[in-house]
Amino acid sequence: MNRRKFLTFMGTAGVVSALGTAKVAEAGVHTFPYYDNGYGVLHDMTRCIGCRQCEAGCNKVNNLKKPDVPFTDVTVTHKRRRTTTTEWTVVNRYDLGHNEFVFRKIQCFHCNDPACASACFTKCYKKNPDGSVTYDDTQCVGCRYCMVACPFYIPTFEYEEAFDPIIQKCTFCHNRLEKGQLPGCVESCTMDALTFGRRKDLINIARKRIAENPDKYLDYIYGEHDAGGTAWMVLMPKPKGMPQIATGNAAEAAPAMKKIGLDTHLGTQPMGELTYGALGTVPMIISFWPVIFGGAYGMTKRREAIAKANQEKAVAEERQKTLETVVQCIEKEQGKEAADKARAAMTAALDEQDAKAEKGGEDK
Amino acid sequence: MEHKIVIPTKDKMFNMGPMLSLTPGNIITYILLAIGLVVTIVRFTQGIGAVSNLDDYQPWGMWIGFDLLCGVCLAAGGYFTTVACYVMGMKQFSSAARPAVLTAFLGYLFVVIALLYDLGHPLRLPYMFFFPGTTSVLFEVGLCVATYLTVLFLEFSVAPCEWLGKKFPFLLTYRHWIEKIGILLTIMGVCLSTLHQSSLGSLFLICPGKLHPLWYSPFLPMFFFVSSMAAGASMVVFEGMLSHAGMHEYMDKKHLSQSAGVTLSFSKAAAMILFSYFIMRTVDMLVHGNVVYLFSSYGMWWLLEMFGFVLTPAFLYAKGSRDLNVPLCRAASVMAVAGIVLNRFTISMIAYNYDLPASDRYFPNLPEIMVSVFVVTMIVTAYRFICYHMPILYEHPDFKEHD
Repeated sequence: MNRRKFLTFMGTAGVVSALGTAKVAEAGVHTFPYYDNGYGVLHDMTRCIGCRQCEAGCNKVNNLKKPDVPFTDVTVTHKRRRTTTTEWTVVNRYDLGHNEFVFRKIQCFHCNDPACASACFTKCYKKNPDGSVTYDDTQCVGCRYCMVACPFYIPTFEYEEAFDPIIQKCTFCHNRLEKGQLPGCVESCTMDALTFGRRKDLINIARKRIAENPDKYLDYIYGEHDAGGTAWMVLMPKPKGMPQIATGNAAEAAPAMKKIGLDTHLGTQPMGELTYGALGTVPMIISFWPVIFGGAYGMTKRREAIAKANQEKAVAEERQKTLETVVQCIEKEQGKEAADKARAAMTAALDEQDAKAEKGGEDK
Repeated sequence: MEHKIVIPTKDKMFNMGPMLSLTPGNIITYILLAIGLVVTIVRFTQGIGAVSNLDDYQPWGMWIGFDLLCGVCLAAGGYFTTVACYVMGMKQFSSAARPAVLTAFLGYLFVVIALLYDLGHPLRLPYMFFFPGTTSVLFEVGLCVATYLTVLFLEFSVAPCEWLGKKFPFLLTYRHWIEKIGILLTIMGVCLSTLHQSSLGSLFLICPGKLHPLWYSPFLPMFFFVSSMAAGASMVVFEGMLSHAGMHEYMDKKHLSQSAGVTLSFSKAAAMILFSYFIMRTVDMLVHGNVVYLFSSYGMWWLLEMFGFVLTPAFLYAKGSRDLNVPLCRAASVMAVAGIVLNRFTISMIAYNYDLPASDRYFPNLPEIMVSVFVVTMIVTAYRFICYHMPILYEHPDFKEHD
């Protein structure tokens, strides 16, 4: 190889490796794309009066089963309710102390990188470009791991259905968004507590509201970063007597957020990423364990072979030694000729004995 | 004792006598199987809600916590024994390998059967191969369990071949090939076991908000794998005790002469694994700053688990194996197995949803428990059937190993 050829070769290698790196960087690590332009909803709790109109709207547009208690009865909000197969959204009342009660609407948060979708082993869940997280029941096995994975206790399962039980959850009215309509709950809110818009705009709106009324709001937009960010976000009022927190400080917001049933300890990573480290060890184990155990097996076999060879060698040496001792005795007393004869006869006899023993072993 | 072993011949293939006679044990078995059958019918005609307390807060209860998590873990004896015996060349345990492989095979088979009760669409289980959700830990578990069940079936299939070989000679050719690839199957078995035993722990990595901090740890997969090794060793001892009580007359001289050695050696291994498991869990608790939680009711539960059901059996095992005290080793194995079950119950049920008010918490109902009892009864019945017909606890005279 001359110098020119060598340089060409090295140059090519460099370009190829650079291209390879670029491709890897471009590919990224996120399995579920984060749609920057997706929609979201901001729930401003300071405006919510717990009238349950959103529940009624959701029930109507999704053709869900009519509830036993009419939507006009607002006392049910005093109970700790959760989403069910026929109630995809519920509004609950929370006690902040100092005789201060607030309402929070519960529904799917439509995470940017949803735990349910990461957990589903038959790919039933989908994060759509419009921001919604939807579920397709046609390939659902009914394992309910999505319900285990969801940090907000949102998906529900039709336990009473014998033959075709499926998951039920808020869809962000994905079918209505496609037609250019608002989600049922947002449309029916009379207090303007639910603001629909692009997620990134909603964050700006929320910031502005907090800046304009720093004493009214807790300086924390729940869902901005929690669990990797969610399309639906919550603004809560600052409880009376509580000092304002540092902007977006999860630890400081935790006691107040806990009062309205929100967990700020989920971290800023998407929940699915917590399992990626464990999943990442799979190729390592598949590729390396056979080497370790195959190697151990090889060592065992070799050890056994060496032990066997050593034993055979020891037996042969012992035999030769005995034979020589006897022959030397004979040589001393009867001369060399007799000794040679005796050696030949004894070797033949021993060989015959060995052959017999070997044959016997095989028969056994 | 050896003369009592009934080896089925070409003319008399079946030996159903011990299973059909009306002994108290058999009568209880029949009753449990009948109850299980009724619950099964209700489950598959009325839905999961009709036979369980599972709800939207607790989607995984008794069936996953016991049948799946404990079932897989307690079947770890299969890989543990075959690795010791075939890879590490500890020939003195050769008589323990077949019962362990049989237990593992039945364990996994019935894990899958029990899973069908828990799934909303049991017939769609194979969908995971058509729509693989590769980001899901459950996918890895499913794939590994399916593959490992196949491996275990191949490993175990040697025994039915020896049983039926006289009648269907082609099985002997098959048996010969399985013997040839035996070491390959063993190594595949340990790889797959490492993967899914640990993945059962990884399943809970996704819900840090729901599992109590004393049990949630990024090292959950490792804890599950290490405790499965302890479970594997313990189950060999535990099961040895049970089969000595129930099927003594089906053991040959080799099995009987090796059994004390197997118990003592496996106890020694279990003691060491349990000690290291104890240290791992304790260090993990300390480095995650969880000491503050020790002074709560969950803390008491954690201390009970760690000291009562990890450290105590570890000491008993160590003492038992040092003093050559087989009954003490067996007592330790009962505690260790109970401890593993306790740990899996804690992670899947007791410490799961720890932050919810008591009214929203889960407790299994009777039909749910009866399904689990049904599954265990089926495993025991299948185990007995196989031991009465196939060379598990004895070596078939036609297929004795030379060593």
